[in-house]
Amino acid sequence: MLITCPYCGPRDVIEFTYQGDGNRERPQSASQDLDAWNAYVYDRLNPAGDHNEIWQHSGGCRAHLRVVRNTLTHEISSVAFARGDHKSVARHKTEGKS
Amino acid sequence: MSPRRTDSGGRIDRLRTIRFTFDGAPYTGHAGDTLASALLANGVTLFGRSFKYHRPRGVLTSGVEEPNALVTVLRDEVREPNIAATMVEIYDGLTAVSQNRFPSLAWDVSAANQLGGRLLSAGFYYKTFMGPAIGPLKSTRFWMFCEHFIRRAAGLGRAGTAADTARYERMNAFCDVLVVGSGPAGLMAARAAADQGARVILSELEPRFGGSANWSGETIDGMPGADWAARAAGALEGYDNVRLLPRTTVWGYYDGNVLAALERVTDHKERPGKGEPRHRYWIIRAKSVVLATGSFERPLVFPGNDRPGVMLAHAAERYANEYGVLPGHRIALFTNHDSAYRSALALKKAGAAIVAIVDVRPELSSEMRELADEAEAKTFAGHAVVATEGGKALSGIKVQRFDMANGALAGDARSIQADCLLMSGGWSPTIHLASQAGAKAEWNAARQAFLPPKPTQMWPTQQWIGAGAFTGSFSTAEAIAEGRAAGLSAAGGTGTPAALPVVEAAPGDPDPAPVFEIRADGKSFVDFQHDVTAEDVRLARREGFISVEHLKRYTTLGMATDQGKSSNIPGLAIMAEALGKPIPEVGTTRFRPPFSAVSIGSLAAERFGDLRPERLTPMHDWHVANGATMYSAGLWYRPMIYGLSGETIEQAYVREARATRESAGIVDVSTLGKIAVQGPDAAEFLDRVYTNMFSTLAVGKARYGLMLREDGLAFDDGTTWRLAEQDFLMTTTTANAGKVMQHLEYFLDVIWPELKVHVTSVTDEWAGAAIGGPKARAILAACVTGTAVDNAALPFMGIVHGKISGVPVMICRLSFSGEMAFEVYSGAGYGTHVWEALIEAGKPFGLVTYGLEALGTMRIEKGHVTGAEIDGRTTARDLHLDWMLSKKKPFIGSAMMDREGLIAPGRLELVGLISLDNQPLNGGAHIVEALDEANPHDSIGHITACCYSPALGKYIALALVKDGKARRGTRAHISDPLRNRFGPVEIVSNHFFDPDGSRMHG
Repeated sequence: MLITCPYCGPRDVIEFTYQGDGNRERPQSASQDLDAWNAYVYDRLNPAGDHNEIWQHSGGCRAHLRVVRNTLTHEISSVAFARGDHKSVARHKTEGKS
Repeated sequence: MSPRRTDSGGRIDRLRTIRFTFDGAPYTGHAGDTLASALLANGVTLFGRSFKYHRPRGVLTSGVEEPNALVTVLRDEVREPNIAATMVEIYDGLTAVSQNRFPSLAWDVSAANQLGGRLLSAGFYYKTFMGPAIGPLKSTRFWMFCEHFIRRAAGLGRAGTAADTARYERMNAFCDVLVVGSGPAGLMAARAAADQGARVILSELEPRFGGSANWSGETIDGMPGADWAARAAGALEGYDNVRLLPRTTVWGYYDGNVLAALERVTDHKERPGKGEPRHRYWIIRAKSVVLATGSFERPLVFPGNDRPGVMLAHAAERYANEYGVLPGHRIALFTNHDSAYRSALALKKAGAAIVAIVDVRPELSSEMRELADEAEAKTFAGHAVVATEGGKALSGIKVQRFDMANGALAGDARSIQADCLLMSGGWSPTIHLASQAGAKAEWNAARQAFLPPKPTQMWPTQQWIGAGAFTGSFSTAEAIAEGRAAGLSAAGGTGTPAALPVVEAAPGDPDPAPVFEIRADGKSFVDFQHDVTAEDVRLARREGFISVEHLKRYTTLGMATDQGKSSNIPGLAIMAEALGKPIPEVGTTRFRPPFSAVSIGSLAAERFGDLRPERLTPMHDWHVANGATMYSAGLWYRPMIYGLSGETIEQAYVREARATRESAGIVDVSTLGKIAVQGPDAAEFLDRVYTNMFSTLAVGKARYGLMLREDGLAFDDGTTWRLAEQDFLMTTTTANAGKVMQHLEYFLDVIWPELKVHVTSVTDEWAGAAIGGPKARAILAACVTGTAVDNAALPFMGIVHGKISGVPVMICRLSFSGEMAFEVYSGAGYGTHVWEALIEAGKPFGLVTYGLEALGTMRIEKGHVTGAEIDGRTTARDLHLDWMLSKKKPFIGSAMMDREGLIAPGRLELVGLISLDNQPLNGGAHIVEALDEANPHDSIGHITACCYSPALGKYIALALVKDGKARRGTRAHISDPLRNRFGPVEIVSNHFFDPDGSRMHG
């Protein structure tokens, strides 16, 4: 399986560490809503089809990536930085090339 | 002259004679022979004994699908069992032996098994060895009792016990187009792709490129097919962008077009060449794949179809055309379709007499009649073979009139003398790799075969293109056209119409008659290697095993080393008939890797022995040179003790710990995880990560911190130093350094991307030495320059910067040992220099070096926790660290840590134990309230760490005990039946020694 890291390019899955279901939403830190915390800590989706996952490029740039992977076919339809605001990184890369 | 070798023909080198032995008897063959062809040439018909009934078996095929002729190859001390004789290339000195026979192949005592065949039917083991419901051999115990004897009687080759001395290699390869199979389709595909400039790998599991062109007897472009193939392969050798891999089996097809292949580099050589590995394991990443894997001919199922001398039609054709070997002199054929007629003619041309062609079809086409006439063969249309005769070799067959509409036999059986019977039940495309890649095969009623799906129905991760017999296009002309198209398309090219090679081939209809089995008296084998008969399949159906998956497991059909390459479809067809369902509704099982056997050595390749990297501290060599016994802690190597001559481990650590408490000791702490946490929001981040406050920490001070996991359980602890307003140095436990780093990165990247913080692992940048004891401050004062180290300049948890022996150091006054202690950090490259300066300065003060054992002893005396107590199940409260849980702020784990299960009574809590019988305690021993040595039960906890405490003069331990805090001052027992250690203990506070910390505060 290849994951195309937005920073490093296409790399073998062996360089990545799975960091869990990307659909989980962490409650506000001060929240006392135990049901919400319970859902965040323990509940995981297990879809047969596209799944939103967090992977860390632990053997590369160490960025966390949001990967949409089809659990039936292993097709990866999208990869993005998990933090979502990596425009600066993308720009940095372009500058490096020019 | 060998009895079965033809005078001419074949592609063997008749000028080179090769000598080998089989079951101890010497034989000769020629270069280019396989063990099977060479033995057949010598008139050998008996190759092995069958798995269950020990029936005599010959060779059925000429290739990788061989189920019968399995041998063990001996090389020096190494024996490799279960190799198909059809895949062994002979070399001078080859030593092969047959399998599953006792005492000899010709006279096998277990052959009597077949007389009791009814007893050994499908599910025999399950039914017979379930055992009585009660008694000493109840249920599966009976099976376990009998298993030893059964394993001896039923089985294949015996594995060797000598270590494999061969060398194996792994290779990664990348290409635009991987072509699997080098028959006419594969050769055309490779050429077409290579002409487009694509990087091409062409793999062929046989030694010679060309596939069926090597033996089909067809003419391509006016020359014999074998010559055409040799020329095509030779042309490819001239391409810089083509890599040819003969003797290479592509055995696995994985996600993202990653394929695994095994290259047998030197198995065919007397001795490997210099530097050559035995096998090479290829991991090939291909942009696209052309599957040109061809097809397997199917046996027909009829009584006695396993007798030596019964062979697949194409295999005999191949032995004649490629090896110059006649498998018989009076040959009969039994078929349900046309391709066997070509085989008959080939054998006739090679010199055999064709005594009969028995065809289940009532009408034969005029083309087939002409072929039969040319072969001077008598045809029996609308007939079937109902029996074979002979012992260890075939002597004749019985033929009867057969109505393929209802399977009925009629009339009298007629005997025909023959020493070889060739059968052909149609062809099954070799779809294994496509199936591994997720393709769902589709039943094609005309071809009577499962074909790979159309590309449009493929999963998106599959990027293969099929060509030739693999797709059900069985003619060479079609294979050539499809191969070129596939190669072009795989390389992303568009074809300019060019003339294709012209094929002259015998005519033939590719569609067989839908006949798989002739039902008559006697054992009709479906799976030759596992001795599964047609009756076994029907028995399985009667007993309710109607799904293919159950059928497979119950009868073991298709589960042998050949993985049912020749038996799957006939087995399925018989099951379908028994169920009264069409074949596609019964379904087929999915193929899994590997396609054929893979040597374990090739998978390991150079990776054997202890594969872990070693992590060494900067002072490692010093420790070794100064008498340390090193101990592996994770990947790290750390001094365990610095033993003196004649000391036991306990004597050494007791001496080291005692000396530290009496004067001073120094220990290497470079292995602690160290993470630089920097940025404007670093303090805020640490407040969220740790249970206690760090934003209030003054610059130049350190604080002990505790982390929880999201679920509220304890995660890790350590000190964090504030070096500047926005610059922290976090330390973690040695074992958790990587986990903590990943934890911090996850939160910064995924949860709180708005925080301006950067984390950097600096574990390897710093060398650390902890020096502690009543004289520690005096030793520092004697060697540190540039800063005072007195109580005012360096209070508890204070940090100063100075120099030791000219090297900048950072010193923090903190204590793990409970003594007045300091951690001295320097750049890793100066670690030994600073360490030696400290040792030198400590000499007048009686400074000792101490190792992990003394470190552990002093921490147990102080009751500090480590990974043994922070075990993923304990909370901060369980460890009496609840004083560190800030109520002023949320932190990771704060919401979940007060869940009712985590604050309920009855939890395991940290306590100290003192041995009351003055005997050592054991880690992992259980604690019980009342001792019952005969029937240990009702554990209330367990020991996590133990030692002899020089400070207390007692054997002590830390333990996690149910409601431990409330039990302080009471007695209990340790119960350790495995080590036979039972005895009384007193439960006390985990703070054994200097509980108010007066020593470290000074």
